[in-house]
Formats: sequence, structure tokens, C-alpha cells
Amino acid sequence: MALQSGEKSPMLIGSIWSKPRSRWTLLGLRLLAFLAAAAATLVMALNKQTKTFVVATIGTTPLKLSLTAKFNHTPAFVFFVIANGLVSIHNLVMIMLDLLGGNFDYKGFRFPMVAILDMLNVALVSGGANAAAFMAELGKNGNSHARWDKICDKFGEYCDRGGGALIASFLALAFMLLISFISILKLVNASPHHSISPNNNQP
Amino acid sequence: MAKTNRIITILLRLLAFGATLSATLVMVTSHDSTQVFNLKFTANYNNSPSFKYFVIAEAIASGYGLIALFLSSKSLVDRLIVILDVVIAMLLTSSISAALAVAEIGKKGNSHAGWLPICDQVPKFCDHATGALIAGFAAAIFYLVLNLYSLHLVLAPLFPVKP
Repeated sequence: MALQSGEKSPMLIGSIWSKPRSRWTLLGLRLLAFLAAAAATLVMALNKQTKTFVVATIGTTPLKLSLTAKFNHTPAFVFFVIANGLVSIHNLVMIMLDLLGGNFDYKGFRFPMVAILDMLNVALVSGGANAAAFMAELGKNGNSHARWDKICDKFGEYCDRGGGALIASFLALAFMLLISFISILKLVNASPHHSISPNNNQP
Repeated sequence: MAKTNRIITILLRLLAFGATLSATLVMVTSHDSTQVFNLKFTANYNNSPSFKYFVIAEAIASGYGLIALFLSSKSLVDRLIVILDVVIAMLLTSSISAALAVAEIGKKGNSHAGWLPICDQVPKFCDHATGALIAGFAAAIFYLVLNLYSLHLVLAPLFPVKP
């Protein structure tokens, strides 16, 4: 296979000193993305706040009403949790594959499949993060035209924790974008004709 | 063989450009007003930040689609166009998911937050927005398919045979 000069074959198994630097960069990025996505999933899934309101007073006993804010009241946050969960599982599987299954390949499908899966996961995490971001903006500012009140003034902690999970998810998105580009570059380098233009005929 | 590849690429780009353009136009022209107790309520795409983001993202994708249609045969910018395709696909998926999240609340409301659905009062706006969202979803899928096809065509064959 034709490889660019200066980069060793990624299929070499051997002592730890012969692993190329790009492999450790990719592994480090995957670890960061996994941590960010897992943090976002956990913080949002465990996000819950209960508040008791005094609604009325009958005589001397006040009537209390307790309201809970949970993540599964909102479909956008449920999608956020599922998307970030899937992305963290994907990164974990890729890390395991890189560390443990060094030469695992099936008719040369490994590099294309990794590149495609990374691209799909970028789309997934971007969808989840943005849906939750706009839903959080709605909860923070309300919408006067639709007569929707904001809820962040009553459930401050819920909003803060949700905001933290959102930041973690956007970090995971940035890392996944880098990982996707690196995977595509790896695919280009590993292919036998990476200098082809679309006008050439492929054998 | 090269000619078929080029035709398929141009066809995919045309479809994607049509979908993004129609999503933009349909969302921009969606508005409705209703009269309740001598008060006039209007619903416009401007009232919701996520619909505004949807329109802006689809407009950017349409502009890029137009430019990429004309540049897709030059071999100098091929790699750049593939990279930009990935970025635009991500932009489109993010915009459609944000718009869908808010539209779902508009249609069903959220009983826990005390948000009432608005689609009963302004049905024309809701139908228009639904059409725009369907077009936006189709555009996202077209860009995803285009990405896979460009990856196969320009960068590396996706089904290599091990020597």
C-alpha cells in the first residue's frame, strides 16, 4: 500500500516505541470525547429538582404543592441523553478496538467503517446538543409570543446543571469533529490511490 | 464510469440545493394571525429563535450548495469541498433538530412547564412550518448521502480489495 513518507504503517504491532504519534493523538482525542459525552449524559440524566410552593392558606395551614423538574419531561432532553449515550458508547468501542484489536480487519473494511461511523456520530451529537440548547434557551427566556413562561427563575439549579451538561456536549462535538477529520485522513492515507481525481477511471 | 459518477454527484447536489432552498423559502413565508377578544395575535417565524436559526442555516447551506454545484468538477478544490460538505451536513442536522424540538412543543405543549400548544390557534403557520421542516430533514439526509458518495468517489474507494 502506498503511504505518505514519514508515517509508519498503522498495522505494525510490536513494542510500544514503534507506535506512531498520530495514533496516540487519535486515542487521546477519543478518550476526551468519551469523557465529555459521558459527563453530559450523566449530568443530564441525573438532573432533577423538586420545589415546594405554597399555593394557598386555609386558616393557619398552608397548602403546599411540590413540582419536580426532570429531564424526561422534555423530549429534546431525552434525545440529548440518548444521543450523548450513543456517542460515548461509540467512542468506548473505538478505543477498545484500537487498543485490543490491533489487526482486526474484514476485507479492508476497517478504515472506511471507522470513518463513516465517525461522520454519523458527528451528525448525531450535533443534533442532540443543538436541540437541547434551543430548548434550554426557551426555558431561560420563555416566548412571549406564544405565552410560554420561563422556568429558570423557579428551578435555578436544574437550569444550571442542564447548562453544564450542554457545555460538555458541545466540547464532545468539537472533539468528534476533529476525530472525524483525522479518521478521514487515515482512510485517505491507507487507500492505494489517494491522489486520484474524480475524472480518472478507477480500476 | 467517470461520467456516471459526475452525473450522480451533480444530481445529488441539485436535490440537496432544492431541498434547502425550499425549506428556507417556505419557512420565511409562514405566518398566520388569529383574533381573540379583539386582540390580534400573529405567529411568524421571527418569534422563535430556533426557527430563525433554521432559516439562517438553510440559507447558508443553499448558498454553499449553489457554489459547490459549479465548482464540483474542478479537481483543485475537491478535498476542500468534501470537508465543507461534512461541516454543512453537521450544520443542517443541528438546525433541523433545534427546529423540530421547538415545533414539537408548539404542537403538543409541555404540561410540566405549563406551556400550551399553539397549533390550534394558528393552524396555517403550523402547516407551513411542518412543510419547511420536512424539506429541511430531506436536505440533511441528502447531504449525508452526498458525504458518503464523495468519500467513496473523491477520497478513497469504500470497498477496497485487500491485495
